[in-house]
Amino acid sequence: MTITRHLDGATLMSLAAGALPGALAAVAAAHVAMCARCRDEVAHLERVGAALLADLPGTEMVRPEPVMPAIDVPRGAAVSTGGDEIPGPLVRLVGGRLDAVRWRWIAPGLWHRPLPIGGQGALQLLKGSPGVRVPEHAHSGSELTLVLRGALIDRTGRYGPGDVADVDEEIERHAPAADPDAGCICVVANEQPSRFRNLLARLLQPWHGL
Amino acid sequence: MVGLSIIPIPGGQLPLTAHKGIMADLLRRIAERADPAAFRELYEAYGPRVKAYMMRRGADAGTAEDLAQETLLTVWRKAALYAHDKGSMTTWVFAIARNLRIDRLRREVPWQELPEGRLAQASGDPLPDEAMAEKQRQQRVQAALAGLPGEQKTVVALAYLEGLSHSEIAQRLDMPLGTVKSRMRIAYQKIRSVLEGVE
Repeated sequence: MTITRHLDGATLMSLAAGALPGALAAVAAAHVAMCARCRDEVAHLERVGAALLADLPGTEMVRPEPVMPAIDVPRGAAVSTGGDEIPGPLVRLVGGRLDAVRWRWIAPGLWHRPLPIGGQGALQLLKGSPGVRVPEHAHSGSELTLVLRGALIDRTGRYGPGDVADVDEEIERHAPAADPDAGCICVVANEQPSRFRNLLARLLQPWHGL
Repeated sequence: MVGLSIIPIPGGQLPLTAHKGIMADLLRRIAERADPAAFRELYEAYGPRVKAYMMRRGADAGTAEDLAQETLLTVWRKAALYAHDKGSMTTWVFAIARNLRIDRLRREVPWQELPEGRLAQASGDPLPDEAMAEKQRQQRVQAALAGLPGEQKTVVALAYLEGLSHSEIAQRLDMPLGTVKSRMRIAYQKIRSVLEGVE
């Protein structure tokens, strides 16, 4: 897998800062899990956090002495390494296998699976049959799309597995299409869920006259 | 014990760089013989800063103190896994604190799986060259950060210290989202460029 489409610099910085909204953070972390280049970038940008932390005036601790653990119990769930297609950070939300996902039909050739992410934007898997085009849509806030299988093609080129499309409202409208042979499965994060409902309505428009 | 006590007054505390040289040694004492005195020194150096960080990110004082405790207990537990040649102690502490804060804020997001970067299978003495290079990287990042124009520094600080998203920063500063992102992107490029050549 050769990843050629990466996270934007501002997205990388916010990810390293721990300041991306939940849905975007999940997709960005998933890309980072697949992409050595972006892992290095995050490591570089963590130094910025270190510099700011070092400069921060301390707040006095109520307990000036640490509470030493009586017995050292190793804590923390094992980090999920993910499967062939699903990166670790998404396993808890998606499960281990793309083939086991229960899809919901939304339009001819198009299925989705919303993923629970709380109040932090909208996260969903999207599956397009070969050649199916997602109707044009504009963005309000940021949108991150990570390809997991097949490819997505828009006017800026082709996105294969591990590639991420990092777009926002500055980008005008775009209408990505699933690869004509392989189709596409991707995970999409939107900063603002309401916008996605608009998108769904637009998707349904041609067939249902909504 | 020689105190590394941090006076909790803005500007009155010892800079972490003042005891940088001994941090690696403290960590080694924790890793090799679970030395409580070494841990106490680390706690005194980092605890108040991590607590301040947690409060900036919206935690009340009690929660911030608990999270600062937990951050340093993570250092205690993972000291043996720390890779001395992979990054600075402060960077590691920052990554642990950030992940803990996010884990508490949004339990449903699988965020703690963003690597705490500095862990390795085995820790040994750092290669002298690499330790030097890391020190140089850290200094360059500090200088680049200090050299940013105020408008860029502000968006960077709001993201790192208050955890504000691009949209929240745009709202806070009353400017378009695109402006926030481009300022942050430029700051990223500047910081990134000073690290070229010390890979």
